Amino acid sequence: MPTVAMTVNGKAVAGTVEGRTLLVQFLREHLKLTGTHVGCDTSQCGCCTVHLNGTGVKSCTVLALACAGASVVTIEGLADGDTLHPMQEAFREHHGLQCGFCTPGMIMSAVDMVRRKGNDLDAQTIRKQLEGNICRCTGYHNIVLAVQAGAAAMKTAKA
Amino acid sequence: MYDFDYHKPAHRADADTLLGRDNYKPLAGGMSLLPALKLRLNRHDGLVDLGALSDLQGIRRDGDAMVIGAMTTHATVAASDLLQQALSALCVLAEGIGDPLVRNRGTLGGSIANADPGADYPAAVLGLGATVITNRREIAGDAFFTGLFETALHSGEMITAVRFPLPQKAGYAKYRQPASRFAITGVFVAQTVAGVRVAVTGAGPSVFRFAAAEAALTRRFDAAALEGLTLAPEGLNSDIHAGADYRAHCVVEMTRRAVIAAG
Repeated sequence: MPTVAMTVNGKAVAGTVEGRTLLVQFLREHLKLTGTHVGCDTSQCGCCTVHLNGTGVKSCTVLALACAGASVVTIEGLADGDTLHPMQEAFREHHGLQCGFCTPGMIMSAVDMVRRKGNDLDAQTIRKQLEGNICRCTGYHNIVLAVQAGAAAMKTAKA
Repeated sequence: MYDFDYHKPAHRADADTLLGRDNYKPLAGGMSLLPALKLRLNRHDGLVDLGALSDLQGIRRDGDAMVIGAMTTHATVAASDLLQQALSALCVLAEGIGDPLVRNRGTLGGSIANADPGADYPAAVLGLGATVITNRREIAGDAFFTGLFETALHSGEMITAVRFPLPQKAGYAKYRQPASRFAITGVFVAQTVAGVRVAVTGAGPSVFRFAAAEAALTRRFDAAALEGLTLAPEGLNSDIHAGADYRAHCVVEMTRRAVIAAG
């Protein structure tokens, strides 16, 4: 079976996989990074969102072998030690979660949204840009508030 | 998903060789192919990932046309300043595909090779009279889409780029399926030196031209010129989202909106 090597959350990792092994399987089953969730497995729900070379992707629809040599960041790699990433902190502060299952994907997608759309986001933009992430608790109201606050906080954090 | 051999060639020549093998298929962004493999709707002995072929990426102007590499993502097309100035209808179309995470990964070449009846890009390829460039030949947009998930591509052939002639005016409007964002009906309208072209996706088994609307808009490129126009529902798609009658109505309405969008 082929082997694959990549960087995950800043660490060099490698493993033996099949051609059909998905990135999310490699993360969860090989590396035991279970923060990345599988909700639908049909690229609808966005629970499996990670950053691949800095860009948000649904890791249930990316082959592990396609990520050879790439840099992957998962929800486990977002915080700086014990200090939460500003987007994580905003989700905590605004209670942007109910059951929490979609939350890792929401946060990774929100950080990608800031990359694409900047730090000053209105509610309409956030709702449109979150189309790839589904919360089955339907707790979108606080998620939108959290993304808005988190995006603004990322600007301050960067400055 | 059944297992397969995976290859990611660094050079075009290697990709061509690999694609010559029996039951090998190109893998672009994977946004349609991987879900189809997961559902076991498809089975291949090998996938040839085109992700390392940098000459299949990018957007450039070539005289009176825009040439877009097959591996250019929807997100790149949507955000392209070059296209925003020269062919903004294509940016609007790309921005409406799937969701942001899908657009980060999905590609122009992958979309048209798959030829999903509800995909957006086929409407632009047919509506602009684009040319599909492959590793073997050039295929006229009018001859590319041959049926439901069917194209003129041969086994072992891969799309390398699409050349979109620049229109005088163009617009795209779609009525989207709210969960999948696929087009229940999408219409691309272009006013070109050769006349008006109106291409419809989502409504039929494959993208098609709406001749009556083309005639009406050639006489006068104005939404009012479509007044009273209808399309027969025979042969159009019917599913839980929309019946053929409703789609026929949507075709005319989306044509009207596309003309307005074209300005």
